[in-house]
This record gives sequence, structure tokens and C-alpha cells, in this order.
Amino acid sequence: MSFLQRGASTIPTVIPPKKKIRRNNSLQHPAHQQKTLGDRVIDGVIAVIVALIVIAILYPLWFIIIASLSDPTAVATGQVNLLPKGFSISGYSKILTDERIWIGYRNTIVYTVLGTAVNLIVTIPSAFAMSRREFKPRRVIMFLFAFTMFFSGGLIPSYLLMKQLGLLNSMWVFILPGAFGVYNMIIARSFFEGSIPEELRDSARVDGVSYFGFFFKIVLPLSSAIIAVIGLYCFVGHWNDYFTGLIYIRDQDQQPLQNVLQMILLANQTDQGSAGMTAAQSQNFADQIKFGIIIVSTLPLLVIYPFLQKYFNKGVMIGAIKG
Amino acid sequence: MSGENDGNSAVIDNIEARRHAPLFKRLATHFHQYWQLWVLALPSILFVVIFAYVPMYGVQLAFRKYDITKGMTGGDWVGFQYFRQFFNDPMFVEIITNTFRISLWTLVMGFIAPIILALLINQIGSSKVKGFVQTITYMPHFISTVVMVSMLQIFLSPGTGLLGRFFGRESLMGDPNSFTSIYWISEIWQHMGWNCIIYLAALSSVDLALYEAAKIDGAGRLQLIRYVDFPTILPTVGVMLILNMGSVLGVGFEKVWLMQNTLNITASEVISTYTYRIGILDNQFSYSTAIGLFNSVVNFVFLVIANTIAKRASNTSIF
Repeated sequence: MSFLQRGASTIPTVIPPKKKIRRNNSLQHPAHQQKTLGDRVIDGVIAVIVALIVIAILYPLWFIIIASLSDPTAVATGQVNLLPKGFSISGYSKILTDERIWIGYRNTIVYTVLGTAVNLIVTIPSAFAMSRREFKPRRVIMFLFAFTMFFSGGLIPSYLLMKQLGLLNSMWVFILPGAFGVYNMIIARSFFEGSIPEELRDSARVDGVSYFGFFFKIVLPLSSAIIAVIGLYCFVGHWNDYFTGLIYIRDQDQQPLQNVLQMILLANQTDQGSAGMTAAQSQNFADQIKFGIIIVSTLPLLVIYPFLQKYFNKGVMIGAIKG
Repeated sequence: MSGENDGNSAVIDNIEARRHAPLFKRLATHFHQYWQLWVLALPSILFVVIFAYVPMYGVQLAFRKYDITKGMTGGDWVGFQYFRQFFNDPMFVEIITNTFRISLWTLVMGFIAPIILALLINQIGSSKVKGFVQTITYMPHFISTVVMVSMLQIFLSPGTGLLGRFFGRESLMGDPNSFTSIYWISEIWQHMGWNCIIYLAALSSVDLALYEAAKIDGAGRLQLIRYVDFPTILPTVGVMLILNMGSVLGVGFEKVWLMQNTLNITASEVISTYTYRIGILDNQFSYSTAIGLFNSVVNFVFLVIANTIAKRASNTSIF
């Protein structure tokens, strides 16, 4: 029976089992070995340093969360330290009624979903073609690609090109110019070269499977990890994109979330409070809104983050093999 | 290879025949065999040509006087006029100094911090704790620049901010002297964890027998780090150093632009923000293109120099 007809479930067995690094039980990472007193002291020092780093990173993020839920005046006077004080969600209710945020949100979701899809459709097939060693022109093409990582035409020629193509003030400027990322392609190519055994292509060729058939029916189903990683990179990139909106979009209704945030967060407004507030109070209230907006805009990434963290990790590792 | 069953001479004849086949015929064979790979690669090639190489071709605008009716490549040739204008620009020294100061601090500190962090994380015995530390340290990497800068503004706001209250009534964001420090410290805070992944990957490949051998030679914990862990990541360090050298004059636009204000402008105007101001806001297209080209060329030269040195010194190179 030919290899292909046995069904997809048998395919993963072709992938070699993960190598155990620990070949011998007597060999252990230094952190697990018997320790002398000096080693214990060093362990302790390392633990303290790492703990300080974790706190330095975590606390500002935690502070934003509790500050967004606290009474603005308590935040400003430094009474909010570890837990919310004087629980208040007035900042959030103000944000939820702000139409600009919702327009920005909607735009960003459209740009991100479409943009990520186009990124994948362009990048993954290209990476597959570039991973085929018998495809001689790949050296020249790779050079053309890699050169763009280190040299570019610059801001104005790109701007004039977009103008000529009619992409100014168009949603496609978020999707087309960045559709192909050389860096992502190289990561995916390394994955294909490292994880798709040559025997697989050989046996497929013997069975008369074309490159299309091989790519769509065999390679893609084995590549969900790398597709996830690159999809995530692109997703985050689109979600956080501020530059494109700044340069190419004049129309307020088309601005993505980041540019709306910039208008609200960094333009120092004091008109947020209602009548009857003192200047200090309305300043505090404006800060409260800022905390809330930071949470609201980062929420989608924070929600998916724990699930995807291991994939991110994997992606960089795959890229590192080549590095 | 075809003709394997024939004698040796037949094989040679066959190869000879193929080598001397007319170009057209060889191309026909190639496309017959590989057209599907070409189709898969075609969209990416098109995108690169249109969105990377067309602007590169348009860089000649730096040597031409921009004419709105003639587009990027039609204006009158003026040679190096715009480059001379840039070198004589009263802002020139300030911009170059700012760019170098900010990028060198960020490069050096942002380069060392992830290496140290990776060596530290690698010392953690429990894989659960290790995973937790990694999760936390990667997190800020996904915060957008806009949010990052507004966090800085809130935390550093004089009197009331989380950090600002320790600096009295002085506004740190408006102080030219602290601009560079705020920039690179926040860069490290945000990207240190993410950038250390690549070193952790290298460290996970250390041969454990090396630790054993070093211990027999009487090495303590710190010596293991110094003589086993560090040499392991050295090739990776080399490659990262070269890649970073390519951005010696390439301070990212977004963050500087967002952190800029009228008070700190003397310390915060860099090449990329000046290009934007001159080009997009003032519509001096040719002048702005020239500044951008100058920037690209300097970066490229640094990259090539770093690559050559690294190649000579340790056989590490990226091309």
C-alpha cells in the first residue's frame, strides 16, 4: 500500500522522537547536584536577584490593574499599593461609552484578522519553496529577500509609492505592504528544513505526488506549530501597529486602536471630568481613564498570552537553529 | 540522475549534453520540473519587488529635485546637493549625537542584560519556577509602544507617579538629561526577557558531561557559568552582536516620536524622527530621502564591518 493512502494518522510517526538530552542519570544539571555551602550561598543570591527582576516586571503591570479599579484620588496620593482602594469603575464606564475606542477596536480587529491571514497565505508557501534544496534559484531569491532586511528605500519613497498605488487612507495599507515578512519566512523555512525529513519527499515523489500535493497534504498538516507561531507574531504586530496609521491614514474613522489610544492617552486632556471637579480631581480622573484604556486595549493579548507562551518560545528556538 | 544504468562514459556524455543544452531548453526543463515551487514563491517575490525594491529604486529621489508632476524618478538631477544641505544643517550635529547616544546605550545595555538574565534563569533548578520566571519576563514584550510610553508618562509624572514621586516636582519626561536613560531602561524592562530566549535555547544544548568534567577539575557554581555556560552561548552572542550592529544608527521611530515633547526635544530629535518631520510634515521629499539614505548607508557599513571582524575573529558571520 502506498505511503499516502495509509491516512494522516500515521504520518507523525515519521518525525524522529524527541531526543532525550539526559542520556545518563548520573549526569545532571548543576542546579540539581549535591551542593557545597558556597554553592548554596550562590543559589540564594541568584534566587534573590531573579525574584527582584520578576517583581520589577510584574509590579508595574499589577499596579495598572489595581489603579484602574481604585478611587482616582487614592491613586494620586499614593495610597494604592498592593490592592485596589476605594473600589471605583468610573474610568471603565467612561471608556465604554467612548465611541472612538470602539471604532478603533473594530478597525484593528479587521486589519489584524485580514492582515494575519494574508501574511500566512504569502509567507508559508514561500518558506516551503525556499526550503527545497533541489530548487536551485532559491539562493538568488533568498539573497533578494535577505537584502531587504538590511537595506530599505526609506520613508519617503515608500510613502510616495503608497500614494501612487492609491493606498493612502485605505485599509489595504495595513495589509498589503507588510504581507510578506522575510524574518518570519526564514523561521518557517528553518522549521521545514529541520522537521520535514527528506525521506518524506522521496517517498511522496515515488508515489507521483507533485509539490502542490506534498505541500498541502503532507507538509501543512505537520506544520501547525510553526503556523501558530508565525500567525501569533503577525497578530501581535498588527495589533500593536502604530506607525502605519500615523503615516498613511488621515481619516479619523479609519484609524486603528493604537492611534486612537495615542490621541487619548498622550494628548494631555483635562476635559474628561465633569463640572464641579477641581483641576487636580479631573487630572486624577484622566489618569484613571488612562489606566483603564491600557487594560482594555491590551486585554486580547493578555487573554491569549498564557496559552500561547510555549509556542512563542518554540518559534524563537526554531529561528535560533539557523541563527 | 538519468542514465545510471549505462556505462561511465554514457553518464559523462549525458552530463555534458545537459550542460551544453541551449539555455531555452534548460529553462524549459527547469520550469517543467519546478513550476509549482515558482507558483508557491511567486506572491512573496511580487510583494518584495513592489514594496521593497520599488522604494529602493525610488531612493534616487535623494539626488533629484522632487517634482510633483514627474513623480519619484523624473525630477532634475542635482547630485549631492541634499546631502550637503544635511551636513550643513544647523541640526546636523545635534541629531547625529542624539542618535548615537540613544542607540549605543540601548545597544550595549540591551545586549548585555538578556545574556545575564539567561545565565541566571538557567541556574534555576525547578522547571516550574523557571517556566514562571520566563512567562513573567516575556510578558512586557507584547505591550504596544503607545501603551509603553503612556505607562512611562503615568509612572514618571511628577509628584503623583509611582516613580515620579521620588523625583520631586521635576518632570522626568521633560528633562533632556534623563531622556536617554528613560529610553534604554524601559527598553530593557520590555524586551530583556524576550531577547534572552535565544540564549536559553543555546544553553539547553550544553553537554551535561562538560559540567561533570569541570566539577572533577574542581570548578564551583560560578566557574561552571564562566567556563561552561558562557562559552556555549558565545557563537550566539556573536551573531546577535553583528545583527545589532546593523542598527547602530537605527533608533526605532515610534518610541522616540511618542516620548518627544517640546521640553526634551534637544535630546530626543533623532534621524528617524527628523526624516518624518522634514518629509511627511514639511513635504521636503528629496531632502528627507537623502537623510534616510545617509542613515541606511551608515547602518549597512556598520553591519558589514561587524560581520567582517566577527568572521576573522571567530568564524561567526551572517553572510
